[in-house]
Amino acid sequence: MAIDQKLAEDLKSQGVHVTSFESLINWGRASSLWPLQFGLACCAIEMIAATMAKYDMARFGAEVFRPSPRQADLMIVAGTVTKKMAPQVVRLYNQMAEPKYVIAMGACAISGGPFKDGYNVLKGIDRFIPVDVSIPGCPPRPEALLHGLITLREKIAKEKLLGSNRARHADPKGPGDLPVPEFGPHDLEPTFNPDVWNPPSLTRDASAS
Amino acid sequence: MISNPSMPPAASPASKPELDEDQLLHVSLGPQHPSTHGVFRMNVVLDGETVVSLKPVFGYLHRNHEKIAEGVTYLSSMPFTDRLDYICPLTNNWAYAQAVEKLAGIEVPERAEYIRIITAELTRLINHTAFVGFFLGDMGAWGSALMYAFREREKILDLFEDLTGARMMSNFMRFGGCRNDLPDGWAARARVLVDEFPRFLDELENLITGNEILIARTQNIGALPKETLINGGITGPMLRAAGVAYDIRKAEPYGIYDRFKFRIPLGTTGDCYDRLMIRFLELRESLAILRQALDQLPAGAYIHPKAKIRNFKPPVGEAYARIESPKGELGFHLISNGTANPFRYRIRPPSFINLTLLEDMCLGLDLADVVLILGSVDIVLGEVDR
Amino acid sequence: MTPDLPAILTRLHAALPTAAIAHLRNPSPSAQDSLLVAPESLVAVCQFLRNTADLDFDLLSNVTGVDWPEPAKADAVAVPPEGTTPLACGFLEVVYHLYSTSLRIGPLVLRTRTTDRAEQVHIPSVVAVYRSAEYQEREIFDLFGVRFTGHPDLRRILMWDEFLDHPMRKDYVAPDDYQYEPTPHDAVLEKAKKYYPTKAEI
Repeated sequence: MAIDQKLAEDLKSQGVHVTSFESLINWGRASSLWPLQFGLACCAIEMIAATMAKYDMARFGAEVFRPSPRQADLMIVAGTVTKKMAPQVVRLYNQMAEPKYVIAMGACAISGGPFKDGYNVLKGIDRFIPVDVSIPGCPPRPEALLHGLITLREKIAKEKLLGSNRARHADPKGPGDLPVPEFGPHDLEPTFNPDVWNPPSLTRDASAS
Repeated sequence: MISNPSMPPAASPASKPELDEDQLLHVSLGPQHPSTHGVFRMNVVLDGETVVSLKPVFGYLHRNHEKIAEGVTYLSSMPFTDRLDYICPLTNNWAYAQAVEKLAGIEVPERAEYIRIITAELTRLINHTAFVGFFLGDMGAWGSALMYAFREREKILDLFEDLTGARMMSNFMRFGGCRNDLPDGWAARARVLVDEFPRFLDELENLITGNEILIARTQNIGALPKETLINGGITGPMLRAAGVAYDIRKAEPYGIYDRFKFRIPLGTTGDCYDRLMIRFLELRESLAILRQALDQLPAGAYIHPKAKIRNFKPPVGEAYARIESPKGELGFHLISNGTANPFRYRIRPPSFINLTLLEDMCLGLDLADVVLILGSVDIVLGEVDR
Repeated sequence: MTPDLPAILTRLHAALPTAAIAHLRNPSPSAQDSLLVAPESLVAVCQFLRNTADLDFDLLSNVTGVDWPEPAKADAVAVPPEGTTPLACGFLEVVYHLYSTSLRIGPLVLRTRTTDRAEQVHIPSVVAVYRSAEYQEREIFDLFGVRFTGHPDLRRILMWDEFLDHPMRKDYVAPDDYQYEPTPHDAVLEKAKKYYPTKAEI
């Protein structure tokens, strides 16, 4: 149960901090995200720029880029995901330990972007892995990546660790490894993972076409 | 002068000594690996620490640029060229604009030529400083040199942002000139940057030249004979590091490069050390070009007044045009059948073709050297896989 | 400097009397004419161009694959000499751009053509003469389906090995993944219609 806000404020003025385990754990997680060092295309250059002197991602506790997925808890999908690369991305995601988060950085990772007409371009990484934050732009500026990071921190701060609506990683019945798509004769097989993504049901205005 | 080899040396499997297959170690380096500069992959076979076979695997960033370009108009491909070699969008723009101008016989006004040269040489500054940073990173100096390089890059990107509206994806050149003129005071600010840049270069050079580890790791690593390099299609700093005086800016001057005084730095052995140092020397020559261009910058139109933007259809025929991009010879081969879309749109990517001899350079060396040699080729995957 | 094609052609005819080589005119302002070489003479022509000291075409810069379903279009881009009988069926073409780094001459444009687009798609590989063709020929094999005979390692390079199509061909149909298009228009709208019923249909 949440404690009385006024009481907490009073105690804080006396130098006593009162919090819940949930907030404490979430605060710890949100403040020290270790991204996977994993650049796909153009956006990766802006991702590097975000970690360098002018933008300094270290201010948000997310500068420790890990080359191994086993040590990382944030995957920044920075660039165009091709169909040839998609199985590797899913495999890397599976190799990361929970709790893990995904930022789709840039138009290509979100939807294929300018290259979506390509025969080898995946129309959005959300077809295979769950995405927490999407950052539009081609490429997004480093400030936009920092904003995406802050948005993710806010999302983590609200995670529930108990109860029926608890976060995926706190649920022992949560999904395990995601299936890795295979190379088919014409396309990936399957072309998307229905457990993760389903086409939103849109209707067309008959008069518009 | 270069003699003609009677037979080009090639990595033929037959010439390798007998190896015990059970003792060999197969390592798949990439596509996710901190030193592959993106999503490049190499299947390396090791005998102990020694490389006995190295097969690159491409295509992890094959985003079908050439196919998409066949379905859109000539101008619509311009933003896609930004995303080829995404460290140097403006040189890509220029190469493509030049190919279309050759195909359609379009004139470029003098001021536009100057703006093109200024932006292209600034791009070369970005590329070569970033190269030094990444190369040092490959050697284990994580971040420090790169931090310096990106600090300077941000200053140049601020100029580009004022000029083109975007930090990276400039979409700036048009057939017959540039999209817009230089903003007020831009040339003066560029001049300040050019004047301050040598101090940064001194700083960076002091940081690394003479470093014992750097010399031990890079000297006598990855060198090949000149004839082999030319036969393998290697161009750009890689070729000049081996002592071949071949720079398209001099050999086949495009734009107005013939008006400027600059030298072509040459290496002697072509090892990784020469490849690193040649970039430092080229940076200084780029600054010389920039100083001359900014001083001489004439008034006038930034785009040819009769340049057609809408409903542009070049005549039937084909053209191949190339420029000296920071990574080597960047060419565009366009085939037009008279319609608004190109019939065939082919990019000659320097990064991709410079990898042809990667295995030859790495055979017999250690796995750690492979990472360095790959770094010294200076690849960008957007261009390798297109 | 552009090469003197008629002079080179005369020398090629003298050195290789059996080789079928024709001078194709380029009607565009670029005026980059080309030499059409029969596939069986290609390697000999390349060897002659590379090994002759005063030609010294030592750099094969670029190799382009082109798919021509309609031969008439190819004849418009690279105009054959008067009196050549037009080709009956479509073909695949490979275009080579050669330079001389020492004499600074180029580009010398060579082109060679397959018999058709289905079965007779073999062209001899020039990797033994110009190593730089190695990956470019693999790419053309992958994307166009030209089979380079004598290539040391002819595998797919950009697409995965299990892939069956040649996507840069003009008649290639990309896989349908238009399940979700938030703002479809033009050709994409036509494809997306299959997945989105109209309001009236619901």
